[in-house]
Amino acid sequence: MIAKLVRGAAFYALVSVIVVVAVFPFYYAILTSLKSGTALFEVDYWPKALSLANYVSVLTTGTFLRNLGNSLLIATVVVALSLLLGVTAAYSLSRIRFRGRGLLLITILSVSMFPQIAVLAGLFELIRALGIYNTPPALIFAYMIFTLPFTVWVLTTFMRDLPVEIEEAAIIDGATPWIIVSKVFLPLMWPALVTTGLLAFIAAWNEFLFALTFTSSSTQRTVPVAIALFGGAGQFEIPWGNIMAASVIVTVPLVVLVLVFQRKIVAGLTGGGVKG
Amino acid sequence: MASLTLRGVRKSFGTVEVIKGIDLDVASGEFVVFVGPSGCGKSTLLRLVAGLEDVTSGTIAIDGEVVNHLPPAQRGLAMVFQSYALYPHMTVYDNMAFGLKIGGDRKADIDRRVRDAAEILEITPFLDRLPRQLSGGQRQRVAIGRAIVRNPRVFLFDEPLSNLDAALRVTMRIEIAKLHESMAGTTIIYVIHDQVEAMTLADRIALLNAGRVEQVGTPMELYQTPANLFVARFIGSPAMNTVPCVIESAAVGTKVRPQGGNSVAVAAAIPGEAAGSEGIFGVRPEDLKLTTESDAIFAGRINIVEKLGEVTMIYITTGDEPIVAKLRGDVGAKKGDNVGLTAPLECLHVFDHEGTAFPRTLG
Ligand SMILES: Nc1ncnc2c1ncn2[C@@H]1O[C@H](COP(=O)(O)OP(=O)(O)O)[C@@H](O)[C@H]1O
Ligand SMILES: [Mg+2]
Repeated sequence: MIAKLVRGAAFYALVSVIVVVAVFPFYYAILTSLKSGTALFEVDYWPKALSLANYVSVLTTGTFLRNLGNSLLIATVVVALSLLLGVTAAYSLSRIRFRGRGLLLITILSVSMFPQIAVLAGLFELIRALGIYNTPPALIFAYMIFTLPFTVWVLTTFMRDLPVEIEEAAIIDGATPWIIVSKVFLPLMWPALVTTGLLAFIAAWNEFLFALTFTSSSTQRTVPVAIALFGGAGQFEIPWGNIMAASVIVTVPLVVLVLVFQRKIVAGLTGGGVKG
Repeated sequence: MASLTLRGVRKSFGTVEVIKGIDLDVASGEFVVFVGPSGCGKSTLLRLVAGLEDVTSGTIAIDGEVVNHLPPAQRGLAMVFQSYALYPHMTVYDNMAFGLKIGGDRKADIDRRVRDAAEILEITPFLDRLPRQLSGGQRQRVAIGRAIVRNPRVFLFDEPLSNLDAALRVTMRIEIAKLHESMAGTTIIYVIHDQVEAMTLADRIALLNAGRVEQVGTPMELYQTPANLFVARFIGSPAMNTVPCVIESAAVGTKVRPQGGNSVAVAAAIPGEAAGSEGIFGVRPEDLKLTTESDAIFAGRINIVEKLGEVTMIYITTGDEPIVAKLRGDVGAKKGDNVGLTAPLECLHVFDHEGTAFPRTLG
């Protein structure tokens, strides 16, 4: 009885520690963002006076809204393109027999193993040559370098597990590869699409190094860079209030996305199509 | 509705030849069953006909028109898969209508055909359900329905019943036979590894072995006049007794002496020069009768008696091989009894040493 109680207590203690460690930084950011003036430099764990001044300041001064729009545009296009290319590549990699398929898959995966900094210089030259420096396409292009490998890889693995007979039935029904992918496979791949799409979105949304390197004007920046380059009133003043408010604003879309799509991740959707 | 002709069809996967030259003619409206041991290439042959695989060489023609280079959908076929292969995210209705929608048929037309097929297969109440909400038998009906609505020239079935339990399998088998009757003139190719199912369904059976056709014929032709040892042993249960024999006299007054048995006259056209050579003698367990006369082909002590009610199986050993007899009713023979077994002339088979049957001399 007592042992059980102790074990229960230990379990919840552990859970609380994990939750606190995971959530505290974000909680503290929210807390800080709601302070104003010199209160910023007092260490509090509970909100005392709530002020939206930081939020108003972030949203009305500077180019933050524009940066938010850039981030949204870039991340969305990256996800859309990655999924489109990922699904079509996955179809050929999982279903069409050709020489060197295994090697190609390994190559795709190994591309994602290079550290960003290793490809930075080459990518910079490429982007300059393409004439897209300091525009959203530069970042979209750069981000696909790391979103495509895992998108293709995960979708290929997932698609390989879909029963071949379903595809063959569709072929006999007269479906073209595009109809098979769009009408038969896509609806079955929701869980994989949502998962990889979310990961790609988060990766593109949070990316810093490429965004810093491939943009030069403040209107072209994405949010992470914009926040890092926030300037205070004086040279040595870091505007913590604004930084925290901006951080909270950029985190909220991610949380919302995860919550919305969590419901869409329906496991076992393939049930009943084949076998008993 | 459509005839099917295969000429010299071969298929290799890499360096492995799986289909080794098949010639076959299926007449319009015929129900032909491909049967053979697992891995002999039945599914592969069916998939070649469907167009899901390309032939390595040879031609496949439907109604005289070579279809080798036509994609599956344009061959006018429908296929029912062993695993049902329904679209899991579509309702029964949409599963059946999918191909018609792709084909761009008129909506009213699609609706009528889907409902007609559902009516025939008695799945109308389930039209709005998803496959996972159906039992195995119902799913298989939907799969068949999806094939029917296409109004195909040739129906292909790949072991459609092997996922069902035994009782349901018998019911569905009868329904498929009825379906064939109701769709007069529809050509059906049906793959199965179970010879009983093959015997009951087929107009003609093509017995495959290791990528070749061993024999094509009506079920009774394969049963009564097997072309070779493989066919003789595959068709019938329990399998035919086959023992080595010596051909004692050939041409006229043909006689053979099976190992461990007595010399017996056979109705086989054995060429004179084969006299004195080795062959193989075969007789089906169900053709053997107990005898006390001097006409016994085999005589020996009973090792095992199995009473199954309608039949009794007895096993005797005379030469190296045990001989099985399947006798009607309860014959009252006991283990250890000495018995003689005989069979009528028309039920005796003789094969040469390579296993090819000598032709019959009886009608
Ligand atoms: N896509 C393939 N690649 C390589 N070998 C195959 C392929 N499909 C079938 N085979 C081989 O061909 C042989 C016949 O297979 P199959 O036609 O499925 O046999 P059955 O249906 O008679 O049991 C098997 O040995 C199988 O391993
Ligand atoms: Mg098979």
